[in-house]
Amino acid sequence: MKSFRVSVHITPRKGILDPQGKAVEGALHTLGFDGVREVHVGRHIVIETEAPSEREAEANVRRMCERLLANPVTEDFEIESARES
Amino acid sequence: MKFGVVTFPGSNCDYDAYKAVVESFGEEAVYIWHKDHDLRDADVIILPGGFSYGDYLRAGAIARFSPVMQEVAAHAKNGRPVIGICNGFQIACEAGLLPGALLRNESLMFVSDAVYLRVDNADTMFTSEYESGQVLRIPVAHGDGRYTADESTLDALEQLGQVVFRYVDRDGATAQSANPNGSMRSIAGIVNREGNVLGMMPHPERALDPLLGSADGRGFFESILAKVGA
Repeated sequence: MKSFRVSVHITPRKGILDPQGKAVEGALHTLGFDGVREVHVGRHIVIETEAPSEREAEANVRRMCERLLANPVTEDFEIESARES
Repeated sequence: MKFGVVTFPGSNCDYDAYKAVVESFGEEAVYIWHKDHDLRDADVIILPGGFSYGDYLRAGAIARFSPVMQEVAAHAKNGRPVIGICNGFQIACEAGLLPGALLRNESLMFVSDAVYLRVDNADTMFTSEYESGQVLRIPVAHGDGRYTADESTLDALEQLGQVVFRYVDRDGATAQSANPNGSMRSIAGIVNREGNVLGMMPHPERALDPLLGSADGRGFFESILAKVGA
């Protein structure tokens, strides 16, 4: 078994109202960042896990996302490649 | 009749639900600890309001894996009544007992207020003592109450009469200004397809005495006693 560090990005599904993203977008506009078109606020989760290989580590984290970390009704997730730690 | 009130770490309306059943209706109630695997012969399970597990990750996301939820799911699958109020509604959605999800209020603010609800389906075991279209005044207190589902789920809910309560104005009309959290189609409460699992954000257990502002929640418990207790 090796140790891997896997990062997951979870964001509100496109098309679902994201008031938090909207609020941050408004604040950025107020600060003069006029080029900002859209902001979405999600979660970034870092998992240290043991697995036989990088592929298995990612597959495990994918299952974690499907079962717990992301809500399949309202969120999308993206797994950054696992790094051996 | 026996009610089982599940206490999760962070539940804070379990006492309200218990008192509602015992003191307002003279029925039996038991607390069920979330780590138990025994519903203690309760006829009706209440998943109460609160902030189970501090709303970490998402409201209800962790509580839904509490040991007792296996028994609650089995109870629901057997067609027996399960009620999720506020955080309980969030837990029921996360557990897949009800469709959809409850997201952060559109205003981003916690809303604690008395709102108007319209009974859109008076033909359920939770609403039979109300009239269809009746307007109730019931308190809400939540930060994550924006009911969200995809369009086809929403259409199906409406077609099958699963939308039980909607946020309305005093006259019973839906309006953006009368929707405290931005819920899609003003949905405040739904039942599953079989009609034995109900989730709602408002708190009927806090509306049982005119002295506390409203007794409009009485019909909710009276319906259950009439339908389930019969």
